[in-house]
Amino acid sequence: MKTIVIGLFIVVFAFVVGGCETTAIDDEDYQSGQAGSDASVSGGANASGADVQGLDSGYSGGGNPLDDPQSPLYKRVIYFMYDSAEIKPEYQSVVAAHARYLAANSSIQVTLEGHADERGSREYNIALGEQRAKSIARMLVIQGVRDGQIRTMSYGEEKPASGGHDDRAWQLNRRVEIKYPGY
Amino acid sequence: MYRSAIRIINLCLILIFSGSVNAQLTIEITGGAEGAVPIAIVPFVEDQGAEGVSKYVRGIIQADLERTGGFKSLALRDMLSNPVDASQIKFRNWQALAQENLVIGRVERVSAKNYIIEFRLFDVFKQQRLSGLRIPSSKSQLRRTAHKIADIIYQTITGTPGVFSTRIAYVTVAQGKNKSRKYRLQVADADGYNPQTILTSREPIMSPAWSADGSRIAYVSFEKKLSAVYIQTVSSGQRELVASYPGINGAPAWSPDGRQLALTLSKDGEPDIYILDIDSRSLRKLTRSYSIDTEPVWSPDGRSIVFTSDRGGKPQLYSVALDGGTVRRLTFEGSYNAAATLSPDGNLVAMVHRGGQGYQIGVLDRSSGFFRVLTDGGLDEAPSFAPNGSMILYATRKGSQGQLSAVSVDGRVRQRLVLDAGEVQEPAWSP
Repeated sequence: MKTIVIGLFIVVFAFVVGGCETTAIDDEDYQSGQAGSDASVSGGANASGADVQGLDSGYSGGGNPLDDPQSPLYKRVIYFMYDSAEIKPEYQSVVAAHARYLAANSSIQVTLEGHADERGSREYNIALGEQRAKSIARMLVIQGVRDGQIRTMSYGEEKPASGGHDDRAWQLNRRVEIKYPGY
Repeated sequence: MYRSAIRIINLCLILIFSGSVNAQLTIEITGGAEGAVPIAIVPFVEDQGAEGVSKYVRGIIQADLERTGGFKSLALRDMLSNPVDASQIKFRNWQALAQENLVIGRVERVSAKNYIIEFRLFDVFKQQRLSGLRIPSSKSQLRRTAHKIADIIYQTITGTPGVFSTRIAYVTVAQGKNKSRKYRLQVADADGYNPQTILTSREPIMSPAWSADGSRIAYVSFEKKLSAVYIQTVSSGQRELVASYPGINGAPAWSPDGRQLALTLSKDGEPDIYILDIDSRSLRKLTRSYSIDTEPVWSPDGRSIVFTSDRGGKPQLYSVALDGGTVRRLTFEGSYNAAATLSPDGNLVAMVHRGGQGYQIGVLDRSSGFFRVLTDGGLDEAPSFAPNGSMILYATRKGSQGQLSAVSVDGRVRQRLVLDAGEVQEPAWSP
């Protein structure tokens, strides 16, 4: 079982790295750090017959877009500037894609987890993380998502994506993670 | 096989923690040389069957006093005599050694594991006895007895109560496989010895806060995947959930009478300060703003609360009276001041301050308005005042490791507590 999972991870990783579109470096770091879940996700796509090696953009009807590295819904981390909860322009289209998906599937719930980098006091950073999550939530609601589909929460600086203590690490930690059930 | 390996490792850890004075703790002291009071602690005479007790007790007293930066203890090899009784003291000899204070004592053996520790403290120049006590002590209580003696010596000479018998709470984080983490809430003696874990979790633990009588700790736990505030009785481990509202449940702070908790809740939209009556669980909203209000701390008279707010744009410290009324801003230096802790008289406020060197601990004198930066770590946080107001415990980073440090309120003396536990954060000094 373990070798299958590792094998699938290698396939997915090769696909992502050698893949069709260049992604921003921070997104790539995030995805490679998600080895375990990526592997199981791609296993599902294979099982349903979706083509993981083809050049099709978009996804075939049988597969879940959340599994499809080609789909903007595959991007589920939004990064933020220092001390800010403002959604950067380069993430507007990703948030819009999630809004469309949620508006079209009103039974699907999403959790927005807000995070902050380690600098400053922890409880203030919890509040900052919540502001970031709520910022994304507001944008989803404006674009037609029901309030009841969205849950926001904050981990502040308590669950860093990167354990470093420099600008690079801090940038990777100032984020909101978009979490769908099972993903 | 794996399980027995774990048992052996646990056993080793227990042995280390229960070991002698030179156990898993490193304390570096910088500063404090000038003005340190010279004190001679003469080895106590031991009854037969009590060998080693004097060295153990004396070592703890000496370490306690020297750790404050306020005392310099005379080396054994420089002692010219070893008086056991007051009648044997030749004060002129000790004056010649420039000692201001002298401690003599004895260890009496009552039974196999029971002693009486007696000590007497003298003013060398006045040639007077200042203090003395006979303390019954079982073997397991020796550490506590030594701390108590150090407290009495400290208070007699400086006029300020000692904090050697107090405890510290803190959170440790251990990295596991696959980005998993293990969080522990621990309580140790003020010198870092005897760490006990009172909560273990796979999810974050934050903001431990001691009740004024030291019997309970309130904290934030994410064990249910969302933040919630608990109150736990330290001795029994019994706990109750007191706040798990939608949104943030954080930053618990005890009222001086132990009947209320100030909290941060964001259930109504933005994080605001609420007052929770612990018995009735009734909630009262204290601050209302469209900004972040968090990190409340009670004044010692129980009549006002100091808290962090970014209502002015960036986080600063404010004060609000509990009967409502105006919110007054306290901090005006720098663009970020948060996480306040108050001295016992409420006049000094220590905080996380962002200046040119990153995040440091600063202290504000409220009566004079004088502000001073005390540390230079760059990623310093979570200051907590000692209950005698003499030192501030805080979290800092040395290289890639999170550690605890303490700094005297005048900035002269620094201590680094290197606990054996990897990442250490969120210290709280007990009353």
